[in-house]
Order: sequence, then structure tokens, then C-alpha cells
Amino acid sequence: MANSSFEEKLGSNKFVVTTEVGPPKSVDISEMVHHIELLKDKVDAINITDHQSSVMRFPSLGGALLVKELGGEPVLQMTCRDRNRLALQADLLMAYSRGITNVLCLTGDSVDVGDHKEAKPVFDLDSVQLLKMIRTLESGTDMGGNELKAAPRFCIGATVHPEADFVEPQLVKFDKKVAAGAQFFQTQGIFDLASLRRFMQYASQFNVKILAGIIVLSSAGMARYMNNNVPGIIVSQTIIDELAAVEKGKGLQKGIEIAARMIKTIKEEKLCHGVHIMAVGNERVVPGILEAAELVNA
Amino acid sequence: MIVAEQKPFEEIRRMITPYERVLILGCGTCMTVCDAGGEREVSFLHNALRLAQARSGDVAHTFSEYTLKRQCDPEFLELLPEKVADVDVVLSLGCGIGVQAIAESFPEMPVLPGVNTSFMGMTKESGVWDERCAACGDCRLEDTAGICPITRCTKGILNGPCAGTKKGKCEANKDMDCAWILIYQRLERLQQLDKMRRYYPPRNFRTIPRPRRIVTKAAVVTGEGDG
Repeated sequence: MANSSFEEKLGSNKFVVTTEVGPPKSVDISEMVHHIELLKDKVDAINITDHQSSVMRFPSLGGALLVKELGGEPVLQMTCRDRNRLALQADLLMAYSRGITNVLCLTGDSVDVGDHKEAKPVFDLDSVQLLKMIRTLESGTDMGGNELKAAPRFCIGATVHPEADFVEPQLVKFDKKVAAGAQFFQTQGIFDLASLRRFMQYASQFNVKILAGIIVLSSAGMARYMNNNVPGIIVSQTIIDELAAVEKGKGLQKGIEIAARMIKTIKEEKLCHGVHIMAVGNERVVPGILEAAELVNA
Repeated sequence: MIVAEQKPFEEIRRMITPYERVLILGCGTCMTVCDAGGEREVSFLHNALRLAQARSGDVAHTFSEYTLKRQCDPEFLELLPEKVADVDVVLSLGCGIGVQAIAESFPEMPVLPGVNTSFMGMTKESGVWDERCAACGDCRLEDTAGICPITRCTKGILNGPCAGTKKGKCEANKDMDCAWILIYQRLERLQQLDKMRRYYPPRNFRTIPRPRRIVTKAAVVTGEGDG
């Protein structure tokens, strides 16, 4: 039985749409509240990022709680970078007790790419072990083998990188995530639908739902910067050229158009089970993308 | 072997400030091989400190030098009491273990570290050393084609590469090979990719309650079924 509306939608034949909101480096959460209110009824779930790019911010658990309080459906992003197994398990107990039941399990970016480069990287677990750990909690015991008086139940997902320049090792890891219990995948940014098609030929043998990651680009410069500095992103030259061809100031508009076009094709050709839109700081444009892609959530 | 780097010269000068008679103590083993604190470096440092003092016009210190075969082994400390008798401080160019061994042997003598001990590694080429072992106490090189993910993956993860790897390099350092790409390629060459597909559980950090101690087992190894 589905444990959340998101899990229920994953189980239906509906084209699932998720997006993400990044918490602020601030105690003023008004902008995040605004973004959540703007998006909560237009998508099936909102991911809250966990110190994205290893930059210290308001926590993902706090953001997910806020989504819940505002009547939305949160996906709690959880990385292994900052917490050991005690802290991760504790946060999961807290999340479940407050109705947060969708979790995206990530290893987490390296501390070296963030804004606290001298911090101790934890990585007590990796993403595969985190997935397994959640299944262990659900069985009624913690990682120490001790009984939980009441066990949680989660809908758990992970990421996969279909556009990695050396994809085979990534596919091995994908298999391990499936075996560890992942029910859904939100992919790293897709910029070339051919690679998504190739990946889906492989992934369709598994009983998991794949949501293609769509990153909204705002300029050719941003695309090049991401290629050089953001882990897990490889923007294709075709897309960079398309962005570079527009006049200055029209980049984001072009980025919206590219994102909408890709989403539309993915849906029409039924390439995968849905999309995950990552607007990286431009959350306000997501409704426009949904409209342009002719995806308005009922 | 243990690899270290000599501390910045100004830091060394600052550390010795309170002391008059300074013994610069080298180590003839790892620190000699990694050019951080062998006989040659002791002599260079001795000259540099003397020169800096002469230039400053403040003759606050007298220096002596000596290099032990190995600072971490009591067997080699025999001649040391004599050298240490007339000094106020030992500036050890041994690794962190050497510094502590000297401190344990001479309870009344201040001992200063002259190097930053960095890692256990191997010589890659002349003057270049690469870290290879994290001394985790739970070696799993059998499963990873002889390439250590705990040491060579910046995250030390056990179930394959993260998504940050690009062109075979690490997201944390574009000059550094991704350990998991190396492992995959070597397992493939060895026709052992099944090892890549296995699930590896979280590490058991109980194998390393610090500080660790190893007590040698009986000299004769008794095999299975040996009565």
C-alpha cells in the first residue's frame, strides 16, 4: 500500500513531475516559503536539497517539514556527507514522525567543492548503504541490531547518471541501488535524449520508476561553469551552442524553452516515468516550464 | 613508508624561540627517503637556522645536530642520552611517531615536531610520493583489484563511483584519478567484475579504536587442523 501521495502516483501510470527547492543560507525563510507555495499544487512532490554542492544552508529536514506544513508533498534529500549512521537514523525517525516519508538517498558532493572546505567529510555510509539502512529501520531494527518500538515506512529513491562519460560503472551502481531497495530514481541532469533512451533500454528491466533530471540553464556561461565545477553535470555542446546563439539577457528564456521542449518529448515519447525539474535558484520559472511543456497538474 | 613535509621555516623558528640550545634530530628511515628529515635535511636546516639568526643579529640559540637510524625504535635510541644531555629542546625531524617516541624516552625534555607527517605512501617518481594506505585495519584490497578506495577515493565509499567523476578524474580534484574508475577498469581486465557488483556493508570502525596496539602472535603459525 502506498505510504504517500507521491508513492501512489509513482505506482500509477501517471507522468510524474517533481521539482526541487534549495533552502537559503539564512534564518529568513520567506523566499523558500514563497517557492513552496508557488509549486506545491503544480507538481507531485518537491525535493528539498541537503546542503547542495556542500554549501552550508538551512537543513533539508527543516525544508521538508515546511513543505509538509504548507500542505505539499516533500521528498527529503539526505546525503551521507555530514552525518554518521547515528545522526542519519535519528533524522529518519524524526522525519517519519512528522509525516515526511519520501527520501532521496545520496552519497553527497565532496566537501572540497563547497564553502566549508576544511570540514571533516563524514561518509560513514554511502548511498547504497543508506538505502539498505532505511530498509533495515523498516524491518524494526536499527543498524546496531536493536529493536525499534515502532518502525517507520518510507518511499525511497536514489540518483543515477545516464550521461556519465564512462557509464558502465554507474550502471553497476544503479543495479546495487535497485537491489538495496530504491523504488524511484531522479537522474542527474539529462541534456541529450539519446542517452536517456539508451539508459531506459537498460533500466526498463527493473521494476523502478525513472524521473529524468531536467536542469534549467540560464546562459551558455552557466552551462560551461557547471561542466567545469558542478559534480555530475555534463551539458552537451549542442545545448551550449543553442544558449550561446541568443542575445544577451534572453538566456533564461532559452533555458526554459529547452527544458520545456525536452519534457514534452519525454512525455510524448514515453521515454521514462516522469521528470524532475531542477531550476537551481530559478524556482520561480518552474510554473512557466510546466505550462510550456503542456503539463499542468490536475 | 611514512611520508612527511618539513614545516615552514618561520614556524620552526617560532617554535624554538623559548629555547637556547637546540638539538636538530633527524631520522634515517622514512624521513630520509621522503627528503623531509634525514641527515641531509638536518644539515640544511641547521645551516638555515644559523644563517637566519646571524642575519637577525640576535644570537639566541646554539644548535647541534644528530641523525638516528630510526626514531621510533628504542633499539636505536642508545646513543641519544649523551646528545640530549646538553640541550634545552629537541627539534625532531622524525614523523609524528618519532617525535612521540623521543618524548616518551625523555620525560623532562621538550620535543618539537619539525615536520608535518602526511601519509603512508609510495614513491611515484623522484621527488613525488602518493598516498596509498589509510591503515584502516580492515584491508579489502582483495575485492578492489589491489586499489584502495578508502585511501584513494576522496569519500572513501565502498560500493562504486559517485556521480561526480568526469573523464576518469575526481570531483574534488581534477588532477586526481577516480579510484572507482581505476578499480572498475582493473577488475574488468582481471575478469573479476562480479566483485564490483557485490554489496559491501558499512565499515566497522570498531576495528580502529584509537590508539591501536598490535601484539605479535606466537612465532610459529599453527595451521588449521594442526591438533
